[in-house]
Amino acid sequence: MASKTQTYTPSEMMAVRAAHELRDGEVVFVGIGLPNLACNLARATHAPNLVLIYESGAVGAVPERLPVSIGDPALVTNSLAVATMADVFQFYLQGGRIQVGFLGGAQIDRYGNINSTVIGDYEHPKVRLPGSGGACEIAIHAQRVIIVAPLSPRTFPASVDFITSPGHDGRYGRRTALGLPGGGPLRVVTDMGVLAPSADDGELELVGIYPGVDVADVKTKTGWPLRVAARLAELPPPTHDELHLLRDVLDPQGLYIGRRDG
Amino acid sequence: MADAAKHGHASKVMTMRDAIARFVHDGDCVVIEGFTHLICFAAAHEIIRQRRRNLTLCRLTPDLIYDQMIAAGCATKLVFSWAGNPGVGSLHALRRAVEKGVPQPLALEEYSHFGLVARLSAGAARLPFWTLRDYAGSDLPRANPLIRQVTCPYTGERLATVPALNPDVTIVHAQRADEDGNAQIWGLYGVQKEAAFAARHVVVVVEEIVGQDVVRADPNRTLIPGIIVDAVVCEPWGAHPSYAQGYYDRDNDFYVAWEGISRDEPALARWLDEFVYRVPDRAGYMERLGRDRQERLRAKPMVCPGVNYGF
Repeated sequence: MASKTQTYTPSEMMAVRAAHELRDGEVVFVGIGLPNLACNLARATHAPNLVLIYESGAVGAVPERLPVSIGDPALVTNSLAVATMADVFQFYLQGGRIQVGFLGGAQIDRYGNINSTVIGDYEHPKVRLPGSGGACEIAIHAQRVIIVAPLSPRTFPASVDFITSPGHDGRYGRRTALGLPGGGPLRVVTDMGVLAPSADDGELELVGIYPGVDVADVKTKTGWPLRVAARLAELPPPTHDELHLLRDVLDPQGLYIGRRDG
Repeated sequence: MADAAKHGHASKVMTMRDAIARFVHDGDCVVIEGFTHLICFAAAHEIIRQRRRNLTLCRLTPDLIYDQMIAAGCATKLVFSWAGNPGVGSLHALRRAVEKGVPQPLALEEYSHFGLVARLSAGAARLPFWTLRDYAGSDLPRANPLIRQVTCPYTGERLATVPALNPDVTIVHAQRADEDGNAQIWGLYGVQKEAAFAARHVVVVVEEIVGQDVVRADPNRTLIPGIIVDAVVCEPWGAHPSYAQGYYDRDNDFYVAWEGISRDEPALARWLDEFVYRVPDRAGYMERLGRDRQERLRAKPMVCPGVNYGF
């Protein structure tokens, strides 16, 4: 159990980094998969008072099993409240009550615009994706958005084929000029490092790098000439305790953190 | 029933076969709602068996229920906001219809969840449209010209609008109702209330029909009042592979298995044949599914104590 150079999967590192983005007591709009795992890890470590809200209507959920769908019955059992979806979107989200929203997508561009609608032309798509769900309004209203996605040139093109969920700039102009109430994607947690928008123009740049990862490699995985922040943080690996929680308590079947070798 | 007879109106309780025959017609705009929870597959299967055609199907998440109806050739248009198999992958029958026109072309009208919830809210309130602060900076209004804008007469702010959605019929699954259709739901509500109030006709399908005294003992739990309900159908396990909180769990294995079934057109046809066309009703479907599955999915008791309604 106690090896000094403990190995970990990229998914484990992403879950841990995403968890560190959350502060105790925050209200988080969360989906299934890695973001859900990150929230539960945060709850089990530094943020026991995190309030998890799911778009399905569960408020203050404390799921005793990993939900495989966003409407899992385990989200209801022992929750604080169950809201209608009209209330969730109008009062909780549009009402400005959500501090953090998690999003992912098939494409994320240099300004943090997210595409989860189509690859290619809308009328004649190469790939038809599921669509917005609640993503568009989460990107608009959450005080800050955390994107969780592994880096690849395909996933991180210079501009997305379709803007499902607006980032900081795009064909409709700057986010500030559009008057969007939320702060937009302020952190992009990838499998190699963490990106954040620059204060000048909202373009995503590398602000944190994982142990053993080369900046040059990160650049080749990004679809635009990636800028590196003046103060690049070297982010620590997951702690022994975090890995134990992820592997033995929160995701014992390896549904989201993947299986380790051996 | 005695009460209903006394007041001179016919009972709303009927079989699924009669409810679909009476309230779902070719060309109708149909909503079968339920967000993960309480999705009435039993109604969808009866619509497939009765071979309804040219339906406009509306749901936030088409889910397996509309994938099956699209595969069976019931639908020519889909109004939706998230089209996937949650946590699993694609809806392959839907994709075949969109990408290849198989078994027939399917028109898409796409919103976000908030947008479609707002359409139903407008429909329920009998307003022509609903306003929401949404879509600025997104390509969705370009993809769907029904997403428009209005200037607020008080502040001058530009707000997004979506048109009311008033389906011909909404079918809602609930845990229980009385014979008049006063339906009680607990667990996730989804947009069941808005979808029911927005519709011209409402069919309520329940796990069990209870006496009106049960409803009156806990009126805060009634989400859909009988005054808007046309038909009440008692159909235990009617939401499988979706779930009913307190009755049975979601059949996640089936959602995973659907990936393989729906990807393969002949396999899907065989599945429809075995589990829809060649069973007479929901009881037949459950029998084919097997006892073991039912026992595995049956909910554990976790009963909440009641509250004092006295004064």
